[in-house]
Amino acid sequence: MKLKELESCLQQVDVFEEPKLLLEQYPTSPHIAGCMLYTIHNTFDDIKGKLVADLGCGCGVLSIGAAVLDAGLCVGFEIDEDAIDVFKGNVEEFELPNIDVVQCDVCSLGTLSLAKKFDTVIMNPPFGTKHNQGIDMTFLKTAISMAKTAVYSLHKTSTREHIQKKANDWNVKMEVIAELRYDLPASYKFHKKKSVDIQVDFIRFSIK
Amino acid sequence: MKLLTHNMLTSHVKGVTKGYPLLIKATEVKVNEVDFNPQFISRMIPKIEWSALIQAAEGLGHLQDLPSAVAPDFESNEDFLRKVHRALLEVEVIEGCLQCPESGREFPISRGIPNMLLNEDES
Repeated sequence: MKLKELESCLQQVDVFEEPKLLLEQYPTSPHIAGCMLYTIHNTFDDIKGKLVADLGCGCGVLSIGAAVLDAGLCVGFEIDEDAIDVFKGNVEEFELPNIDVVQCDVCSLGTLSLAKKFDTVIMNPPFGTKHNQGIDMTFLKTAISMAKTAVYSLHKTSTREHIQKKANDWNVKMEVIAELRYDLPASYKFHKKKSVDIQVDFIRFSIK
Repeated sequence: MKLLTHNMLTSHVKGVTKGYPLLIKATEVKVNEVDFNPQFISRMIPKIEWSALIQAAEGLGHLQDLPSAVAPDFESNEDFLRKVHRALLEVEVIEGCLQCPESGREFPISRGIPNMLLNEDES
């Protein structure tokens, strides 16, 4: 499947009806999701026939993409009932049989002992901008514990050094695959600008 | 909820030391067709808790003729792999709940999705 086809396909994925500010709900654009998944699949072969986890899956664009690319099974983990409803609708629309969803709090997932159960973990975690500072690192730490081979994640470029330090502490190898401009259109009433560009790193963490 | 997913879930209610495996109480179960990938199933077999899978499949009335122990030559046994594939990926619990074996706490499953969220006093 070509990148354009994948993106086109992901454009059909429904997004949040009423995004919740405190959960930092922004849909991952079909373009960014497509680029991420395409790289994970073509460059690293970490999707097809693999057990994949999507942490903070929201409406499921990454999970849907992984399933379309023939993941053995993709399991989404999401806290919000409403997002899960939209996700469910998407799975039904796409008729993808290789997706499952668990409703839970990723920040408490550590206690569920999912250590190294998944081949690959992919995510676009909350960045920690809404009274939830540090949540991006909690997601990352959990992802790393769950993965056998690799974790793919998006993080603010401004936090790159901090993340590198943590990666060293956790004994994982970190590779910035790409720098993306995450264009967030005004989705909340208080947003004054039409859209804002955030510089984001697409990172691969390989588990030793 | 597929049985492969169920195989990984535990109860993390405060104070519980062994919240595994979760007992499945199903009121609606479906069997859906999923493409068979023998390599994927082969790789999953060593990762899962086999007895928990058997217990779960049996409880749902979908044990079929899945053996109580893994065949030593499983990688090349297509018949066996197909049976495992069916149990792990095709049987789905749509409605019901998962019960913690230690605390008895029930986690609801609705529309195929288990809700593992705990209340404040449980976590």
